Amino acid sequence: MQVQDIIERKLAGRFDLQHLEVINESSGHNVAPGSETHFKVVLVASDFQGQRLLARHRQVNEALSAELAGGVHALAVHTYTEGEWRDRFGEAPLSPPCLGGKASEQPKTGDQEAR
Amino acid sequence: MSEDILDTIKEQIEANPIILYMKGSPAAPQCGFSAQTVQCLVACGQRFAYVDILSNPEIRATLPQYANWPTFPQLYVSGELVGGCDIITEMFESGELEPLIKSAVEAA
Repeated sequence: MQVQDIIERKLAGRFDLQHLEVINESSGHNVAPGSETHFKVVLVASDFQGQRLLARHRQVNEALSAELAGGVHALAVHTYTEGEWRDRFGEAPLSPPCLGGKASEQPKTGDQEAR
Repeated sequence: MSEDILDTIKEQIEANPIILYMKGSPAAPQCGFSAQTVQCLVACGQRFAYVDILSNPEIRATLPQYANWPTFPQLYVSGELVGGCDIITEMFESGELEPLIKSAVEAA
């Protein structure tokens, strides 16, 4: 199974989702074609009601801890309640551009990158 | 986890009201997420400390376990983890970051 599918399944199993996007952004980075190293996830879930951003992100990081400890080098996380998502008209922020660091030479380390 | 490194990290976080653990330096960030976080902090107009984790591999290896936060950058304000690039950017855009940073500097 592809890492992208695993991430989707794990998040879907962990949260009461109204909306989920898992985007492989690896092609914008200094890695081989077809890599699954850089992801962005956008979650709209009722779980986030009344939770601060830090707590929301901790839950996402925990759900994907195996992936972050493995081949996933960077994870951008955007979390919203249904109301917050509506206020944004369904738009998540763009990830910043790569600055050329080579993920493949830094296994087990990441950018918002995981260690 | 080495006790010495843990002590170093604790001292850094306690001694500096605003400290960013990042890849590279504010003048020459080595990762887009670190660069964007620096931009938000600079725009808040207060001095901040930073640690380049690329040149401090022991801190890079230890801080994620200590903080229970797997990624970099990591911003600490008044001794507490605020978050990484996505959280800092969102707080900057919503106007929450600047007063938080300012009050941390004033309280220090």
